Amino acid sequence: MDMTQYLNMFLEEAREHLQKLNESLLALESYPDSREILDEIFRSAHTLKGMSATMGYNHVAELTHQMENVLHKLRSGTIETTPACLDILFKCLDTLDTMVSNISDGGDGSLPIDHLVTNLQACDRPSAGDLNLAARASADPGGREASEKEQITENTITSFQFNEYEKNLIRQAIDQGFQCYHLVVNIDPRCVMKSARSFMVFKNMEEIGDIIKSIPAVQDIEEEKFENSFDLIVISRETEDVIRKGLVSITEVTEPEIKLITEVFNAFPPGPGNVPGEKKDPEKRQPGPKQGENASHTKGPAVQNQSRPKSSQTLRVDTTRLDSLMNLVGELVINKTRLEQIGRSVQVPELSETLEQIDRITSDLQNVVMKVRMVPIDNVFSRFPRMVRDLTRDLGKEIVLVIEGKETELDRTVIDEIGDPLVHLLRNSIDHGIEDPSARLAVGKKEHGRVVLSARHEGNNVVIEVRDDGRGLNPDVIKAKAIEKGLLLPDDAEALDECAISRLVMMPGFSTAEKVTDISGRGVGLDAVKNKIEALSGTIQIESVPGAGTSFKIHLPLTLAIIQALLVSLNGEIYAIPLSFIAETTSIIPDQINRVQDQEVMLIRGDVLPLIRLHETFHVPQSDAPKEAEINIVLVRKGDKRVGLIVDTLIGQQEIVIKPLSKLLGSNRYIAGATILGNGQVSLIIDVASLI
Amino acid sequence: MENDIQLVACSLDNEEYGIDIRNVQEIIRLLDITRVPHASPYMAGVVNLRGMVIPVMNIRKRFGMPEKEPQETTRIVIVSWNGSPVGIIVDSVSEVIRLERKNIESPPTCSQQVNQEFFTGIGKQGKRLLIMLNLGKVLNINSDNC
Repeated sequence: MDMTQYLNMFLEEAREHLQKLNESLLALESYPDSREILDEIFRSAHTLKGMSATMGYNHVAELTHQMENVLHKLRSGTIETTPACLDILFKCLDTLDTMVSNISDGGDGSLPIDHLVTNLQACDRPSAGDLNLAARASADPGGREASEKEQITENTITSFQFNEYEKNLIRQAIDQGFQCYHLVVNIDPRCVMKSARSFMVFKNMEEIGDIIKSIPAVQDIEEEKFENSFDLIVISRETEDVIRKGLVSITEVTEPEIKLITEVFNAFPPGPGNVPGEKKDPEKRQPGPKQGENASHTKGPAVQNQSRPKSSQTLRVDTTRLDSLMNLVGELVINKTRLEQIGRSVQVPELSETLEQIDRITSDLQNVVMKVRMVPIDNVFSRFPRMVRDLTRDLGKEIVLVIEGKETELDRTVIDEIGDPLVHLLRNSIDHGIEDPSARLAVGKKEHGRVVLSARHEGNNVVIEVRDDGRGLNPDVIKAKAIEKGLLLPDDAEALDECAISRLVMMPGFSTAEKVTDISGRGVGLDAVKNKIEALSGTIQIESVPGAGTSFKIHLPLTLAIIQALLVSLNGEIYAIPLSFIAETTSIIPDQINRVQDQEVMLIRGDVLPLIRLHETFHVPQSDAPKEAEINIVLVRKGDKRVGLIVDTLIGQQEIVIKPLSKLLGSNRYIAGATILGNGQVSLIIDVASLI
Repeated sequence: MENDIQLVACSLDNEEYGIDIRNVQEIIRLLDITRVPHASPYMAGVVNLRGMVIPVMNIRKRFGMPEKEPQETTRIVIVSWNGSPVGIIVDSVSEVIRLERKNIESPPTCSQQVNQEFFTGIGKQGKRLLIMLNLGKVLNINSDNC
């Protein structure tokens, strides 16, 4: 069908706009008077409305249209940004989100919106209507009356960004007794020769003053690149009436809007009330900028100020294509390894040289393709501010979320999977970690809890940390709960060290039941988090200081699909052990194996190392061949736990491409995947994490 | 709606089975099968098909038939299941047979060992009887009680 090709585009862009709207609304909460942000929001909503109307999604269009109305009133100052208003806007965003998901699943985004519309319209309480305008108008009494009369609601009022030069100019002019006007010139929509009219406007204004700035730029106005109005900043000694006459005298120029500018602020977005001409009532603005003072100490929220599209050197690529590319590179690596094997046995010098070249090139190709698949973790992090906001409101706590390293890049497949565990960890911190404001004050902490979500590269890994300054893990409480749930024997409780306690917390059955919220908390408990992370070949550690806070550290390998592995043989069956888990290899004689409480162990440099016979683990049929005198051990580690794996022989180290195993095979216990060896044989990859 | 169905005719012991050709991707010779520990007992293991690791089912086990040594004629029929390829080991594959719908009957209830659900019907062509496999049920092993 015709629309389907546009459907994907629509969905992608709709989601982007919704994300932006979310971020902007969050920013607006912190800076309710910022025109920049309001414009940003209006733009996104407007575009979304257009998009959905074109695609025929009428409910989406209708809802965004209603939101637009409210946003417009907020923008023009007719109504105030109240928390109630923001709440309903947030709810609308949530509904829009659901609609888009519905569309993505094949629906048409129809959802009941009547209650939302009613609430939106209830926002429309012009708070003291004209009085507001009066408060906003300048100190000049003449100007006040004029602007009351000339407020035309249909107009779009743009916000200005003055550069230093312009600001100085305006200040000097004001100092010298000139008036600085912000004019919105409206041209009759039926006018055909807009450029001619605007030329005349310019001419008239220049006769009675100086035009400092125009929006859009002069050239654009000349080329008629505006709808029906444009803005001018004019400095003049004349009164407003004169200015007005100068405009209205031109045919097809309708009633203009004239405002007096009396202050120019230093700081710019997203500071409160920075737009000249919109001076807010001083009482309303508390930590607001004083005239001429620097107000730029605002720590900006996640919203970027520049919404100008950067000239994009990026390209949207279908992810399936990326996957094909990845597969092909994988195949190349396998065959390259094969060639190398042949090359080693054949020993032709030119072949060896060429193979070396190929090796270098394939390595480079591999690296580049890896990078192509890398996506900044911001993709995942960006939805958290909103989630944290909602959660903290629900729980009545006060929390500051700090995000660090959001540009850190991860493989696309990891990004998809890491979202849920992080949601869970964040929720944990907020729900169980951070105390109520009163409790915090009582122990001498600041009322605001602080949750830090950070990501950084460390060697070949990505380290993601969720850190809070809450109450920390209480060893006694944990032990008690573990005993209660039968996970721990009372006698063993004493001997537990910090690591063991952390492990306890992540055991299945330990978690407290979660109540169902907006958050996609699939799978209950920290054990689900642990499993997910280990499925990604990563590790998770917990550090905690009772009373001070808790930190969850996640280590993830950067690349998932192609890894280094050690090939081992178990009675002819070849298995692969990922190199990242291997600490060392060694060989012993049978006598060195001892038994401790039914577990085979060996002594290595004074430490006791538990042993696992992989033949048994994998039910490998035993051969009749005479047992070797030496036994080969592969020492693997996960975190601080170590285990020795008994194998027949070590074959060698090799780069392998991980292929997933079909679900049809069953639970795939202890197996992380499969790989294809140089000789075409399929070899299984051992899931070390599940063995330890 | 077509009146004809095309079946790939394969045999297990003396019985002929038919698989709807729309599900069949390809037919290959028996490759080295890598055993997968802890896998379902119906699965023989995995094979390497042009760089893809594909699970292979031992359909004899699935039907409760006794094991048999692989022969020269043994083949793996690669079918599509939930979008991924899966292999089924059969004794031999003979040909593609076109049947009209009127020649297909519902399966008889006399089968002792084999589960009724595995078949969608019996196709007749002259004296030949082809038992039509219901791939969905045959391959749906994870929800069964092993």
